Amino acid sequence: MADVTKLIHKYLRHEKKFPHVWCPGCGNGIVLGALIRAIDRTGFSKDDIVLVSGIGCSGRMSVYVDFNTLHTTHGRALTFATGVKLANPRLQVIVVMGDGDATAIGGNHFIHAARRNLNLTAVIINNSTYGMTGGQYSPTTPYGARSATSMYGNVEHAFSIAELAVTAGAAWVGRGAVYHATLLDQLMEAAILKRGFAVVEVISHCHTLYGRKNLLGGAAEMMRAQKEAAVRVEKAATMTPEELASKFTIGILADRDLPIYTQEYRKIREAARTALAGED
Amino acid sequence: MPETTPPSPRPLLLQGNEAMVEGALYAGCRFFAGYPITPATEISEVMSLKLPALGGTFIQMEDEIASLGAIIGASLAGVKSMTATSGPGFSLMQENLGFAVMAEVPCVVVNVMRAGPSTGLPTHVSQGDVQQARWGTHGDHPIIALSVSTTWECFALTVKAFNLSETYRTPVIILSDEVVAHTREKIVLPRPGELQVLERPRPGAPPEWFIPYEDTPRGVPPLPAFGEGYRYHVTGLVHDVRGFPTERPDEIAPLLNRLFRKISQHFHDIQMVEEYLTDDAELLVIAYGSVARSARRAVADARAQGLKAGLLKLITLWPFPRRLVEPHLGRVRAVLVPELNRGQMSREVKRVNQGMTKVETLNRIDGKLITPGEILARLQALSGK
Ligand SMILES: Cc1ncc(C[n+]2csc(CCOP(=O)(O)OP(=O)(O)O)c2C)c(N)n1
Ligand code: SF4
Repeated sequence: MADVTKLIHKYLRHEKKFPHVWCPGCGNGIVLGALIRAIDRTGFSKDDIVLVSGIGCSGRMSVYVDFNTLHTTHGRALTFATGVKLANPRLQVIVVMGDGDATAIGGNHFIHAARRNLNLTAVIINNSTYGMTGGQYSPTTPYGARSATSMYGNVEHAFSIAELAVTAGAAWVGRGAVYHATLLDQLMEAAILKRGFAVVEVISHCHTLYGRKNLLGGAAEMMRAQKEAAVRVEKAATMTPEELASKFTIGILADRDLPIYTQEYRKIREAARTALAGED
Repeated sequence: MPETTPPSPRPLLLQGNEAMVEGALYAGCRFFAGYPITPATEISEVMSLKLPALGGTFIQMEDEIASLGAIIGASLAGVKSMTATSGPGFSLMQENLGFAVMAEVPCVVVNVMRAGPSTGLPTHVSQGDVQQARWGTHGDHPIIALSVSTTWECFALTVKAFNLSETYRTPVIILSDEVVAHTREKIVLPRPGELQVLERPRPGAPPEWFIPYEDTPRGVPPLPAFGEGYRYHVTGLVHDVRGFPTERPDEIAPLLNRLFRKISQHFHDIQMVEEYLTDDAELLVIAYGSVARSARRAVADARAQGLKAGLLKLITLWPFPRRLVEPHLGRVRAVLVPELNRGQMSREVKRVNQGMTKVETLNRIDGKLITPGEILARLQALSGK
């Protein structure tokens, strides 16, 4: 076995959960690989990692990996993760969501988690559609695109998830694509090591549903399209809005040191102890 | 803070909502997530003052869905957790409530009932959520719901709710109401150790041997906290004994049946009623929550007039305490079920009654409490005097 395969197998659950539910060629597997390699490099023990996921094709990731795993309700993964982290800040909590999961039904939780700044890592796999339910339009489906519920073309405009996270106050925001596997590994590692709320948006593809409906080819063609549309954040800074129109940026979009919720809350505990000390 | 001997208990004057916080803290609750809503808000407010001093955590989430999600997460990390809300928030919680049932996560959910539907009457009393507590989340599932009618019960039954929740790994709902929540009554808080406080079952086996959802004689599998080395999977999908999703009929039925059995096997511990002058009663009032207060007074007044009246106060609403109600139905001439809804509990009494006795209802849905006088008048009419 090649070393990378051995490494992945160290973190997979081998009893009874394979074969997995994903279509051959789906980007979810690449994201999982990147996540595992990043976790391995950070040196955290499997016991210290809690992998929380939402509902969707992406949400199924939690069942395959040998961590403490929590497969929650659609859109609510960050709320469960908030409870886990507050109850035991020692745990490294990583949350995996789909674009619909994180920004449609879970949009409110997403912006508030960003604002709150708990030390969590949020990975959002953006495949521009609702994969699990059959390829309907999501908040990141481009204008005009066809989906199972927009066969005449999508009339809504898409969210840019990473930019949304920056505006909502996330301490660290990165965007990668499944095509750029090396960068993705680096982004995942940096996000996990970041002290504060860190978001990795991963541009991925759902060739079976979204790709087919929009005549974008198979997984390989869609990944090639990612290569062509991706622009490094540093390079994008030198480009005009017109030049960037059909592109997306990859790299680190924000990295700032902000007070972490659990540290702030320690002050609250002190204040409460002092205030209540006089009472019985 | 230096350890001091606890002061001798002195009586306090507490609202129901405040007493619930005291009960939760006594039971070892150290995590609370909530969203403000009348008439439950005081629970959040007092929690935000007291929990941090005990090393616990209070957080105000962005809504009630998030609140229940957060307490489920905290409970899985090993901390006893609670949230509190009222009708509109309780409606939002239903999906995650089902998650807690399915994944067997201990947590306590307080619903201080106000009049609905919708925003309804935010500051007025109601008992309109009784059937919602039973069937609000989708799917066939068991649930435990307790009803409180006094400040003392707000304390003691909150302790009991945590005990049941931890012992049976299930969400427990406490149905309070606006009157009970805001009535101030004298209470002497028990010292630590005076009331029983129970903990969730813990695995005895090392992680290699641990099977997270394996059946046990009690029907309740042990629950390790995240981070303790057990690395198991938690999901709202139907799962096998290892916690992994399954679609095999021979794995689905045993799981769902066990969820019911772990409750039904322990009815004796879960089902509670309180009897007042029922021994020789011919006319029985069955009531719960704030209405039970009026009923108690009405029964005392009826006795003073020579009517053989009694009160059966329901403490456990779900699972409906059939075993404790049925014997009375076989004995009494008539039953009156007063409640602040259009008959959500009386339909349960009638279902159990099967023609044994006459069951009458007394309902108010105008945001006002049923008075002792109203109940007394009906008892007089029933007695034929
Ligand atoms: C409350 C609720 N509404 C709807 C669904 C159905 N549902 C399951 S997955 C999903 C969308 C998944 O899309 P996305 O989050 O983008 O993830 P993907 O499957 O593409 O990875 C929906 C709508 C659900 N499970 N729960
Ligand atoms: S449906 Fe789309 S997102 Fe889901 S596994 Fe298949 S390719 Fe991936």
